[in-house]
Amino acid sequence: MQLIDQTIHQLHQRLTSGEISSVELTEAFLVRIEKTNEQLNSYITICREQALADAAAADLRLKSGDIDLLTGIPLALKDIFNSEGLRTTCGSKILDNFVAPYDATAVEKLKQRGAVILGKLNMDEFAMGSSNENSAAGPVRNPWDAERVPGGSSGGSAAAVAARQAVATLGTDTGGSIRQPAAHCGVVGLKPTYGRVSRYGVIAYASSLDQVGPVARDVEDCAIMLGAVAGYDPADSTSVDCPVPDYLATLKDGVQGKKIGLPKEYFIEGLDPEVKDAVYQAIDTYRQLGAEIVEVSLPHTDYAVACYYLIATAEASSNLARYDGVRYGVRVDTGDGLVNMYQQSRAAGFGDEVNRRIMLGTYALSSGYYDAYYLKAQKVRTLIRQDFLDAFEQVDLLLTPVAPTPAFKIVEKMDDPLHMYLSDIFTIPVNLAGTCGLSLPGGFSSEGLPIGLQLIGKPFAEAEILQAAWAFESAADWSGRFPGLSADCGGEI
Amino acid sequence: MDSRYEVVIGLEVHTQLTTKTKIFCGCSKDFGQQPNSQTCPVCLGLPGALPVLNKQVVENAIKTGLATNCQIAPRSIFARKNYFYPDLPKGYQISQFELPICEHGWLNIETEEGGPKKIGITRIHMEEDAGKLLHSEGNSSQVDLNRACTPLLEVVSEPDMRSADEAIAYLKQLHQIVVYLGVCDGNMEEGSFRCDANVSIRPWGQQELGTRSELKNLNSFRFIKQAIEYEVERQAELIDDGGKVVQETRLFDADAGTTRSMRGKEEAHDYRYFPDPDLVPLVVSEKWIETVRAGLPELPAAKVSRYQQELGLPAYDTGVLSAEREVADYFDALVALHGNAKVCANWVMGEVSRALNENGISVVDCPVSPELLAGVLQRIDDNTISGKIAKTVFEEIWKSGKTADQVIEDKGLKQVTDTGAIEGILDEVIAANQGQFEELKGGKDKLTGFFVGQVMKLSKGKANPGMVNQLLKKKLS
Repeated sequence: MQLIDQTIHQLHQRLTSGEISSVELTEAFLVRIEKTNEQLNSYITICREQALADAAAADLRLKSGDIDLLTGIPLALKDIFNSEGLRTTCGSKILDNFVAPYDATAVEKLKQRGAVILGKLNMDEFAMGSSNENSAAGPVRNPWDAERVPGGSSGGSAAAVAARQAVATLGTDTGGSIRQPAAHCGVVGLKPTYGRVSRYGVIAYASSLDQVGPVARDVEDCAIMLGAVAGYDPADSTSVDCPVPDYLATLKDGVQGKKIGLPKEYFIEGLDPEVKDAVYQAIDTYRQLGAEIVEVSLPHTDYAVACYYLIATAEASSNLARYDGVRYGVRVDTGDGLVNMYQQSRAAGFGDEVNRRIMLGTYALSSGYYDAYYLKAQKVRTLIRQDFLDAFEQVDLLLTPVAPTPAFKIVEKMDDPLHMYLSDIFTIPVNLAGTCGLSLPGGFSSEGLPIGLQLIGKPFAEAEILQAAWAFESAADWSGRFPGLSADCGGEI
Repeated sequence: MDSRYEVVIGLEVHTQLTTKTKIFCGCSKDFGQQPNSQTCPVCLGLPGALPVLNKQVVENAIKTGLATNCQIAPRSIFARKNYFYPDLPKGYQISQFELPICEHGWLNIETEEGGPKKIGITRIHMEEDAGKLLHSEGNSSQVDLNRACTPLLEVVSEPDMRSADEAIAYLKQLHQIVVYLGVCDGNMEEGSFRCDANVSIRPWGQQELGTRSELKNLNSFRFIKQAIEYEVERQAELIDDGGKVVQETRLFDADAGTTRSMRGKEEAHDYRYFPDPDLVPLVVSEKWIETVRAGLPELPAAKVSRYQQELGLPAYDTGVLSAEREVADYFDALVALHGNAKVCANWVMGEVSRALNENGISVVDCPVSPELLAGVLQRIDDNTISGKIAKTVFEEIWKSGKTADQVIEDKGLKQVTDTGAIEGILDEVIAANQGQFEELKGGKDKLTGFFVGQVMKLSKGKANPGMVNQLLKKKLS
């Protein structure tokens, strides 16, 4: 097994035993990134020197004994995280020249633990997209099939983990942006409960839905990453002041006696048969592991996508108003007045999908339409949240597909935004409900593409879904299979 | 004012709060600093930055609400007001729209006709201020965001005022209250207390309101009065000439004394208000409200009625003494030490304020504390010094900071109460002014003052004037 194929928990042992150094490990990943990034385009910014300096510091720390699980572990960040001194573009031309002057809270936490930051990962512009094709830095390719998308918006975060360009990464999930790419790339991705991880310093798309979460090689790594970034932050008024459990302590407790619900509205026409089969096989596995499977109903599921595209775009239209060319970012000024400067800067800086969503959101909030769209959507959102709370009266967690199909081909859905929006149909309701969801590998299609399973938990029950995910992973390990392009690279041990 | 129409005025007042830090970040809100030096990711509107509400701002809002008889909302919401302008770094202002923190308040004003009139306060809400644009020579402007995110309270009145004078009376009272509370420094020139006036007219007896114009740029009470009066005349003339008032925002031009159109209704922004998802609903407990209520200072209206009813002071005195909280505090402290309210009032309105004015200092910096002044008044009461000498003593205390007793001792100002000594001086005066003394004897009473004055002069003010009077009477009989 190559060094770069290993998990945080495996590498941690090697680092603490002195078998390898963080500098060696970091170097191995930098080599890997150099060899594969041209093909995948998953990194927007690679921080070679800073990463090696961080690794050297981590090596000193490892010797001193002041050690965290993440000390010396090479990670990477979706380019939506402000990271002091690093270019932070959010996949947009409008922030092409923006160097963040401060660290997001999540980044600060990783740094405090001695993690090494390899670079900034590609993403759909302002996290708007399900294919990572809406990026000013160009599309990301799926490591399993370069003709296909990695999913989005955290496409770079998922592709980098799958292609072993980082041990684990941070992404953000507003409507499925961690879980859907994790499914398409065959890795583990977690969207925590809204308020579990601070949003401070994370560039906002839709503030009431955005949540930071990890993408990792296996469930245990996912638990380690969540534990590292979770917790109340006084700088984020929406972060919740409730204690962070030790996710590793209960990770291996199994699912014996757990009740797992299958929402009947999620097994619909249009669901790819191979995806459906993977979910049914998972049901069997869980039965064998001692869980009880019951059907439940989430009756307002049909309205989720429409509801999401009103609320998310309304918030986005306001969140993106600050990109006006006045203080930072791209400015196009032909000297014909303020309004023209605004219009030209924004026209030059934003891509089509971002423009589309700003317009949708502006419309939804406009005087005379507010009640019919934004306010109505908020009411529907309350119903959708209630659906989940009702279901959790009967079951401990829910098992669903992540996306209706495996990864689709690049360009396939670009001309059909509505079709593209439906690829998030199973992930969006979790964001609207504000609860947590995890995507883990559940098998492969006949074309060799990864298929994801989604576990949805009660609010703040991340420990419970991690536990269920770990049980499945141990019983049916799909995470040992790597995409083909990895064979010839990286340092052999 | 035009007597053919009824004037209707509603006011929106922005008061800048005196908190140490900004409303949504920890930056200092000191003025006069280097441009953009009092900023951080939050008030610069950097990508990813998030607001955190300053608790002191909420407390000031509750104070102001309680002082203006408002109901304090147990749950209120912050909203985003969206518009583009270079001084607004996020492209939206965080304000309150639906569910403001205070609603349904009122103030009583004194009207020309006499008697109180109730002016309704629709709402008071919290919001952040914008930055400032600095226009330099040529075509360029620069943005200073030191003021961005500083806390404001917007106080919106009902359209209850019927003249410019009523509007001024309301504003002066509101101004006095926020300054009394210490929530606002009240400086109108620097924009700490700014007012927009909604003005309309309607034929007498008509129920429905006329079309209003919103007047801006009113940064003194005088300008507000001028602008409203001008606007009423303008609207009346317009209607008389068969025209129609259009709803618009008009800017007051202080030099010309006129208003001119700034933007019409069709150019008005659609602010697309919606609840700010970055801030959770603000919950104010009954306990918090009661704690704030218990800490409120005595307000001007309560002071006026106490001064009149309990202290028996005349209306003029109560007005002067209650106008500023610091003066009232000084007076209250003095009365507590001395007891005779009228004597204290005369000194505060007389000697104290004269000396403060002459030296151009505020009463909080007055070198003669209420304790020192009470010492002077006690020496008048026990006849150690005369009222006249007391003024000399006051001035000495002002300069030296010594107590009245020390000054009297050092300068030998103790009143002469020795009958023999006074009589000796009086005899000298009579001897030197035999003619006048005969006239006084003949019944020209006016001359009494002359003789007393001469004795006082020769005694360098130290003779007890009462004793001089008595001795003079004795000589005459």
